[in-house]
Amino acid sequence: MLSVRYLKLWVGGAILLLLFVCGVGAPFLAPHDPQAQTLEDRLRPPRWADNGSRAYFLGTDNLGRDMLSRIIYGSRISLMVGTATVLFAGFVGCTLGALAGYFGKTTDEIVSKISEIFLAFPFLLIAIAIMAFLGQGLLNLIMALMLSRWVQYCRVVRGEVLSLKERDFVTAAKALGGKDFYVLFRHVVPNTFASVTVIATFGMAIVIITEASLSFLGLGVPAHIATWGSMLSEGRSYINRAPWLTIFPGIAIFITVFGINLLGDGLRDIFDPKLRRQR
Amino acid sequence: MHTLARRIIGAVPVIIGISFLIFLLMHIAPGDPVSLLLGDNATPEDIARTRNEWGLDRPLMVQYWEFLSRAVRGDFGRSLKFNEPVMKLVWERLPATLELAFSSLFVAILIAVPLGVYSAIRHNSLLDHAGMSVALVGVSLPNFWLGIMLIYFLGGQLNLLPVAGRIEYGVEVRSITRLYLVDSLITGNFMAFWSALKHLLMPAVTLGSALAAIVTRISRSSVLEVMRQDYVTTARAKGLSETAVIWRHILRNALITIVTILGLQLGALLSGSVVTETVFSYPGIGDLLIQSISARDYKLTQVLILMFAVTYFVVNLLIDLLYSVIDPRIRL
Repeated sequence: MLSVRYLKLWVGGAILLLLFVCGVGAPFLAPHDPQAQTLEDRLRPPRWADNGSRAYFLGTDNLGRDMLSRIIYGSRISLMVGTATVLFAGFVGCTLGALAGYFGKTTDEIVSKISEIFLAFPFLLIAIAIMAFLGQGLLNLIMALMLSRWVQYCRVVRGEVLSLKERDFVTAAKALGGKDFYVLFRHVVPNTFASVTVIATFGMAIVIITEASLSFLGLGVPAHIATWGSMLSEGRSYINRAPWLTIFPGIAIFITVFGINLLGDGLRDIFDPKLRRQR
Repeated sequence: MHTLARRIIGAVPVIIGISFLIFLLMHIAPGDPVSLLLGDNATPEDIARTRNEWGLDRPLMVQYWEFLSRAVRGDFGRSLKFNEPVMKLVWERLPATLELAFSSLFVAILIAVPLGVYSAIRHNSLLDHAGMSVALVGVSLPNFWLGIMLIYFLGGQLNLLPVAGRIEYGVEVRSITRLYLVDSLITGNFMAFWSALKHLLMPAVTLGSALAAIVTRISRSSVLEVMRQDYVTTARAKGLSETAVIWRHILRNALITIVTILGLQLGALLSGSVVTETVFSYPGIGDLLIQSISARDYKLTQVLILMFAVTYFVVNLLIDLLYSVIDPRIRL
């Protein structure tokens, strides 16, 4: 079972690494400009199909833009939105959760009430609502996703801090004269990182799917930027004539999310004390 | 029942908080809805008059109070796009969404619970690993893509199922509950039932797939957890058959977690319906929400989002009530 556990980590990690390489190295990896339109080559099928062209490995879209280049560039948005959301939501959620758990009383009550309101919305709906009112845009999208995800971190960290603050090492740190904020952020919070890493990994997968869903609905980044979700939305009208317009972006989302979930599974197996005992 | 009353009273400030948040969002949004709706040719006088008619020139808190007091009476104003009362539009579309959500839930339970339970009972077997791999794939599949692929293969290539709408054009169903499957069954109109079922199948599978994947995993881990308990060993030791142990002792206790997850996921189903209804042009409130957002019909958008949130909240409350039925030790 040990090898399977590490296999998940390796495969998931490799897929995530591939996403990073594609995202960061897009200008060097993409064979064409993702916005360049060649109308005489519009709706060209993938290279291996009849009438496919050597120049366009995954074919072209309705405006003659290269699908492979757009998919490579699309990974940038997924990567950027995924990473930024996880970092911001993690920071806000962990900070509020830690403060609520450690100080309790009024702080806890205020944070818990706010969390309860956010928990009363399904997170996709929060994102839809915010994007509906704020309009399309990368920053708006990150903010919408961050606002819909912070509460997950907050709940977990609050719960862990509630238990950790009663432990001997915290009493010892306080006895040595450590101030509350020092003890909280130097000794208590670092002990929650294992759980936070697992939530962050699964959270990134959810964020990537949510971003694609919002872009598909026309509520993500502006239409001229290539994203996997908007490619799916545009390709939908050509589903019977040019199925590759929807098949490839979908596969890109699926492989990315599958890889991240695999990584999350692997990390959870390693960090979960119950499973560790079984080893 | 005392605790139940307290829960319901406790829900009031949360629902007010939700409505205020939605209201605030609408007002901090860039762009004046009036200017957007009236277009570039509107004069400042036109804009000012419309703002006054809609009460948008009054202080924020006054506007919110008016919104709340009208909402309590069930009056949410008129839709700007459809020029009809918002509640009328919602009531027309709501049954379609409910039918879709419950069908997806049914699909998910039908696949996930037996698969999860069987995987746990045959822990570490080939079927267990296969089931868990399928579940991982299910969690990772974007459901709107699955929907598009179903449309392409089952609707386009094989021409097996209709790709859009709720029922075939020309097929009439006598309206009782406005749930087509239920109404057609009650009235014995099997042609309408078959048509509605065919239209519902792909959207329900699309929406239910991710839920099925989650519930499979939860069912498996929940059953595994219960199987390790001492009372299960005791039940076996006193000579109960394996079937009785599974049904009476393991499943009943594992159900608590499964029901909780199903309840929490019902919210995801409701919001997921927005995407699924768009993919299948299914005439529910999710599709209506996207139409209202595109048309900048802020009144309708606001009410629909509020409705989704309140429904989610109420469902969770009902799930809490269900606990005491499943586990009599839990008293509300």
